Amino acid sequence: MIQIKGSTRRRLLGFFILLPTLISLGIFVYGFIGWTVRVSFSNWNSFSKLMKGEYIFVGLRNYFRLFEDPRFQTDLWNTLFFTLFFILGCLSLGILLAVLLDKGLKGSRIFQNLFLFPMAISFVVTGTVWSWIFAPGILPKFPQGMNLLYKLLGLESLQWSWYTSTVSIFHFNLALIPVIIAAIWQLSGYTMAMYLAGLRGIDQALIEAAKVDGATSRQIFWRIKFPILRPITLSAMIILGHISLKIFDLVYSMTGSGPNNVTDVPAIYMFETTFRANKYATGSAIAIVMLVMVAVVIVPYLVSSMKREVSK
Amino acid sequence: MSRVSKLFTYILLIIFTLFFLIPIYVLISTSFKPLQEVSLEKMWFLPLKASFQGFVKAFQKLSPNLKNSFILVIPATIISALVGSINGYVLSKIKFRGSNLLFTLILFGMFIPYQSVLFPVIRFLQSINLYGSIWGLVILHIIYGLPITTLIFRNYYAEVPTELIEAAHIDGAGIFKVYWKVLFPISLPGFVVVIIWQFTNIWNEFLFAVTVTSDPTKQPITVALVNLAGSKVVEWNVQMAGALLAALPTLLVYVLLGKYFLRGLLAGSVKG
Repeated sequence: MIQIKGSTRRRLLGFFILLPTLISLGIFVYGFIGWTVRVSFSNWNSFSKLMKGEYIFVGLRNYFRLFEDPRFQTDLWNTLFFTLFFILGCLSLGILLAVLLDKGLKGSRIFQNLFLFPMAISFVVTGTVWSWIFAPGILPKFPQGMNLLYKLLGLESLQWSWYTSTVSIFHFNLALIPVIIAAIWQLSGYTMAMYLAGLRGIDQALIEAAKVDGATSRQIFWRIKFPILRPITLSAMIILGHISLKIFDLVYSMTGSGPNNVTDVPAIYMFETTFRANKYATGSAIAIVMLVMVAVVIVPYLVSSMKREVSK
Repeated sequence: MSRVSKLFTYILLIIFTLFFLIPIYVLISTSFKPLQEVSLEKMWFLPLKASFQGFVKAFQKLSPNLKNSFILVIPATIISALVGSINGYVLSKIKFRGSNLLFTLILFGMFIPYQSVLFPVIRFLQSINLYGSIWGLVILHIIYGLPITTLIFRNYYAEVPTELIEAAHIDGAGIFKVYWKVLFPISLPGFVVVIIWQFTNIWNEFLFAVTVTSDPTKQPITVALVNLAGSKVVEWNVQMAGALLAALPTLLVYVLLGKYFLRGLLAGSVKG
């Protein structure tokens, strides 16, 4: 009897311990999201309207205008292609590096540390440096960065305008390529680490048994290792996807929105709309669109891991 | 493994190493160049004579911001780690009805784009007179850091045998006593992981920093670096030295405690 009473009291006390966190996140996450939604439904599109404090409800007008706005349409295409190629790049480079390192050659540790260190650096530093490396200079006479390196190596034919290019192939702005490269540089070590943890977690006895049965190393990879890596791939896609949907720092410090918004993304547009143009309602609408995109990726992931937890 | 495949593996690894080292090469070689050697034509060459000119100038410009970043990072990291630790204990060992749902609701906070709370955050900080100050940023990083610190500690304490906790309870120890006497003493590795994670993330954070602080003397290092790089000054040695200074603290942590850094990284994605 005392036992049960004690555990009930413990649960109650446990709840009270969580309370400060629950209240602060309740306000700062859920409450503030609600507040932003409310602003996105308002007419607060100038500083004076905000200061007047009069709230006029305009419904979804800010959203309709946004989706008709060519710049925002460009942003959505850019986000789509950026996300696609960024995830593909990180996954393939990550798995390749993990497989190479998993062979356990001498020096693997050093390579592993090297591929992972960009994770410790700020996007802002990365953006600053890559911005300089991919600056095209004035072609053909005064090449800069990579273009200059191509010239030194006698590869002039490879020179192009990098992130200032306005060439677009079915809505894919080629100017995004340098930004995608920088992002892959920063985060492929992360996918590598995830895959490597997966590969190293495989029971060696299983692999030895397969070898005894005469399996080739290719068979071992596809039949034993690959299926184990599949759930890791899904997690990696979700994590990388949500990073790329809200990417801001890297683009801001590397290219900004670029000529004709070739490297613009919703986060940059949101920032400029809200803090340069004082269009708080439109800025809030962009933010909510971003949130919905991220939630579509994240919520099923969270819900499924919660269910798995409960069934344990 | 055959010698050919070994050789092939090394060749691939070295090619990727070159890709990973490009920015580092540019960063380091440029930052050690004296001003007269800094030119576009020579950007791929090593400095003829190493000079600390760039570092001296970058440090003069950025030292107040480096200090701001430390003032921001230290309290935010410690407080969010401590609160996350006790939260993690409750969520892993004292489950109650709905605790999994609450945990999921807490976790959602670490994935949201902060743009979706940015306007209210600024209005809130203005209303309590902390807009534009480092302390405003400290509050934000404590609160928005709670989901990840709670997650890491929850997974960390899940490994502790429940029998150990039960035994202490039967001996009459309350929640706080169990936490303090049983869990806290074995929490050091968990704290190292969380502290490194928070330190790195808060140090590197940009969006809150650039929107909450406008006074250059109060800005953290990331914002100051972007301003330095955007100032159209052609002293690239200063810019690159500045970037290196901004990256140094987190790089140092990575070099010294890489193993724990990796654990935090994996804890943030693979759950349970």
